[in-house]
Amino acid sequence: MNGSVFKRVGRVLRGQRGATNAAEGMHTAVPNEVDTTHGPILYVENVTVSFDGFKALNNLTLYIDDGELRCIIGPNGAGKTTMMDVITGKTRPDTGQVFFGQTMDLTRMTEYQIAAAGIGRKFQKPTVFPEHSVFTNLELAMRADKRVWTSLTARLSGEQRYRIDEVLMTNGLNDLRQLYAGQLSHGQKQWLEIGMLLVQSPRVLLVDEPVAGMTHQEMDQTGELLTRLAGAHSVVVVEHDMEFVRSIARKVTVLHEGSVLAEGSMDEVQNDARVIEVYLGGAPC
Amino acid sequence: MHTPLTFWRHLRIAATLLLIGAALAPGYSARAADATSPPNLADVLRGLTVSSFMQKKAASDALANVDDPRTLVLLKALLSGHLYYRKSDKQVLVLSPSGDAYAVRDAVSGKLLGSSDKDGLTKITINNQMRGSLREAIARRSLYSKDRRVRLAAVDEMLDNLTPHAVGLLRTMRESEKDPAVLAKIRTGLALADLNHGSDAQRLAAIHVLAGGMNQTARNRLRGLLRKNPDGGFVEGNATVRAAARTALASIERRIEFYTIVQTGFFGLSLGSVLLLSAIGLAITFGVMGVINMAHGEMMMLGAYTTYVVQLMMPSHIDVSLFVAIPAAFAVSGLAGIIIERGVIRFLYGRPLETLLATFGISLFLQQLVRTVFSPLNRAVESPSWMSGSLQINSALSLTNNRLYVLIFALLVFAALQLVMKKTALGLQVRAVSQNREMARAMGVRTGWVDAMTFGLGSGIAGIAGVALSQLTNVGPNLGQSYIVDSFMVVVFGGVGNLWGTLVGAMSLGVFNKVLEPWSGAVLAKILMLVLIILFIQKRPRGLFPQKGRGAEG
Amino acid sequence: MNEQNLFKRLLADDRGGQALLASLAVIAVALPILNLVVPASSALHVSTYTVALFGKYLSYALLALALDLVWGYCGILSLGHAAFFALGGYAIGMYLMRQIGDRGVYGNPNLPDFMVFLNWKELPWYWHGFEHFWFAALMVMLAPALLAYLFGWFAFRSRVTGVYLSIITQALTYALMLAFFRNEMGFGGNNGLTDFKDILGYSLQSNATRIGLFLASVLALALGYLAARYVVCSKLGRVVVAVRDAEDRARFIGYKTESYKLWIFVFSAVLAGIAGALYVPQVGIINPGEFSPLNSIELVIWVAVGGRGTLYGAIAGAILVNYAKTYFTGALPDVWLFALGALFVLVTLFLPRGIVGLLRRRRMGKTAPTNLVNSL
Repeated sequence: MNGSVFKRVGRVLRGQRGATNAAEGMHTAVPNEVDTTHGPILYVENVTVSFDGFKALNNLTLYIDDGELRCIIGPNGAGKTTMMDVITGKTRPDTGQVFFGQTMDLTRMTEYQIAAAGIGRKFQKPTVFPEHSVFTNLELAMRADKRVWTSLTARLSGEQRYRIDEVLMTNGLNDLRQLYAGQLSHGQKQWLEIGMLLVQSPRVLLVDEPVAGMTHQEMDQTGELLTRLAGAHSVVVVEHDMEFVRSIARKVTVLHEGSVLAEGSMDEVQNDARVIEVYLGGAPC
Repeated sequence: MHTPLTFWRHLRIAATLLLIGAALAPGYSARAADATSPPNLADVLRGLTVSSFMQKKAASDALANVDDPRTLVLLKALLSGHLYYRKSDKQVLVLSPSGDAYAVRDAVSGKLLGSSDKDGLTKITINNQMRGSLREAIARRSLYSKDRRVRLAAVDEMLDNLTPHAVGLLRTMRESEKDPAVLAKIRTGLALADLNHGSDAQRLAAIHVLAGGMNQTARNRLRGLLRKNPDGGFVEGNATVRAAARTALASIERRIEFYTIVQTGFFGLSLGSVLLLSAIGLAITFGVMGVINMAHGEMMMLGAYTTYVVQLMMPSHIDVSLFVAIPAAFAVSGLAGIIIERGVIRFLYGRPLETLLATFGISLFLQQLVRTVFSPLNRAVESPSWMSGSLQINSALSLTNNRLYVLIFALLVFAALQLVMKKTALGLQVRAVSQNREMARAMGVRTGWVDAMTFGLGSGIAGIAGVALSQLTNVGPNLGQSYIVDSFMVVVFGGVGNLWGTLVGAMSLGVFNKVLEPWSGAVLAKILMLVLIILFIQKRPRGLFPQKGRGAEG
Repeated sequence: MNEQNLFKRLLADDRGGQALLASLAVIAVALPILNLVVPASSALHVSTYTVALFGKYLSYALLALALDLVWGYCGILSLGHAAFFALGGYAIGMYLMRQIGDRGVYGNPNLPDFMVFLNWKELPWYWHGFEHFWFAALMVMLAPALLAYLFGWFAFRSRVTGVYLSIITQALTYALMLAFFRNEMGFGGNNGLTDFKDILGYSLQSNATRIGLFLASVLALALGYLAARYVVCSKLGRVVVAVRDAEDRARFIGYKTESYKLWIFVFSAVLAGIAGALYVPQVGIINPGEFSPLNSIELVIWVAVGGRGTLYGAIAGAILVNYAKTYFTGALPDVWLFALGALFVLVTLFLPRGIVGLLRRRRMGKTAPTNLVNSL
């Protein structure tokens, strides 16, 4: 708890400087550059969300460091998806704060603003645009000026085209680029959706169950991809598949009943008595 | 030659006797009439076929005193100038306009003689003096009518024209009258008389009496007391009387305002009950099943037409026809619903917008069907006698029976539906299917059957709503259309999938609409309603009582 | 990029559009000749009535095009689109009323007949300016745009979607109908606006004016088609389709989806308004009946029959259904509503992609991707 207070104080003190601190300078389209001078890129502090009395998130506090790969696990109803909803602006917390870097208060931003600021999200159920080609799906996701009037006359630049080609090579959908996304298999849709995240060039990727419905080989590839992305991006993976988590995880957070139960390396977490209790004992509820 | 004078005298004796008899007791008067063997009606009437007004007056006075149920009609005909006599044989006739010609009846027997124009007939004219005494006679006869409504109307009429004679009649009547409403009116009349002619003490007492009622004439009279002369002085000299009048008026107006609010509330609830009836079936098909049925209004229309057909089949039992019509309408509309569900809707589950279009097509089809089978014109559905009339609480508040019954009926239907949904196996299965179709099917629920039954239930209830509507509005091919938008609004407003929400939504929209109406006019009220609901849905897209839980978020 | 290129690009792989523009060009040349040049005695002569009828169909087609943009491409099933059509119609109707001048029954140079009849002393403020054609033409587009903007701003911002949205749009046009029925609104109440004399100084009764209006309808439809085609081919159009199919996804990749919906809704309303403005001088009357929810929903079936999401399908559907309507209401008036009702049911059950979808399926055999069907 002490740590969180320190971090918040630091953020408040340095709040004014955030806008000018665009040292990385890669994402010129973003007006508010993310200020990560204090380490974490994502601050979720004391967040509570309740639906009709049921607390989906209960005083949740969580920090994601810049460039980190974090796995989040927990039984059903632990609040994993709600947490992503809160970060991406789909659900407003009843209490608590969510900051992107030092300066951006996510609770005051809409979904599209959050996305434009550099937080990408992959849904639990793969969601693509079924009546657009694979290429168009990526084109629409491409980092660009996404206002209405601009898009009326917008055309792809050579550089953007190159970027899409690059991603198509990465996710192995190059041969299918002209196919309607609705015709892809489940796994291919997952890959397309991850590709759509990549062309957005986000700072943070929130990935909800990326390997559901994938073969072992596809899982390995996905794991490799996510590991590679970490560093340049911060990656938050919510996953049920323990084997997959073990294969990629550096740091694991266990959620239970809307708050953090344990945090640490996979081995630490697996040996935590409370975690074992929750997963095996089944706490009465 | 028969001397009119002796005839007149003769009559007068009989009349005096009769009057005494009538005043004493109705039963007795009949005996008295027999005892004296009075001149018969035909003779009295013949006395009217002269030109001298004096003689005519005598004859009309005599007529007024003949103890016969027919005389009241004849007196009224005489007063309104519908009494004629044939020049040739002096037969007295009652003419009533029918179309271009006149329906002619014999005055004595009341038999219809056919229709004709006025050739060869002479109108029995009357003068002002006769008019006055005729009015009094009519009032007097009405005052002793066995029908309390006739007595009420008679007293009402007298309030506007309080002659000393009328006051006398009222005083006599006060002693024998038992009906509280009539008695209250008589007191008002006497108080008005006192106010005109009594001592100051009597007048104050009279004002006190008037303050307890809500009579329009009394209010005008009280207002008159507060008026000023052109020279600036008050019409009423006595300041105490003026002050009393002012307080009395204020208290009357407060009371009227109160009853007006109650009345508005009743109208609102009545509209709400209609909305409830029309929306409740929709709450099942749309709210529980998620099917947009644009033909829902036509299910109501079918119910209304079923009522019409039932009445055609049992023309001499209109009073019980509704009890036959309710199950019949439920069956007809329910069956139509099941056919629609099995034939069209089941192929469109999960495609709400297409369901909307297909069912709209069905609604057009059904409307045209009714136009072809019956007629494009409205059909007259009769109201049973027990539905007509109204519950007159007082002069400012009366609740019409049909609206009252429909309100009760709507609540009964609602309660019955709640029971079906909560207590029966069908209700359980319906709720199971609506919450998780796959799981319900896995547990052995025949989802197809449940869908058909649910839709049939919703449509059947719409049919019942149609029976109720047939008692309130015109039954025509467009009956359903006028309710469809409103019913959707109610369901959406109340919260989809929540029957209680539908109840509260319907009633509050009904009352709200009626409250707005006097202030903005009916059409504008409706527009305002729609706009407000649209704004409301912006704020709370899930309605007043949203479904709870995670599943609702999807 | 020059004009020629843009034109080619829009129609490059749009065979339906090419066919549409070609047929428009043909009737634009043929009908006036057959009406004006070919003598009335000839079998080939086309009566002025027929020309006006075609003009009416074309304005309906433009309206259908407008609906297809929001329904076919954005998934918003508007059951109140006839309201925008009627607003455009009223705007031009007001201009036409002002053109009557003192030739009305009451001969009042300043007030339309119905105002004189209602004992109004002066023109209401919102009638000012409508004596100018340019102002009316502006209002033809602005009035529907404003209504669509206000309505859409509320509706899309609060994320009302699907059937809820449909029913609210229906309530909207219903409310407008009730409002326009009121005499106090100052739009002629029940009778609406009628007895027009001339437009831009040309008599509405003359053949030449009729032909002119017909040609204007052809031109408007062709331009409307190209504009709509430009929109759906642009990135904006692709985002709109994306919003239709997966609004959340579109939002989470950074699109302010409500703005896109609003844009396409307003654009569509403007097209509908223009359609209404072409319709009114050709039929000679506009009354509150045009706001009737039934009109809006009939419009939906035109688009459904033709095939939504193709633009030219909507146009074909509008013309086909209206031709059928003219035929049936003339020959078998009782049958029309039966036929219309049956059409709704049959099209939704058996032709979810309309005639265009049927033709495409035939052309492509059984290989058509199945997912195209379930996109509602």
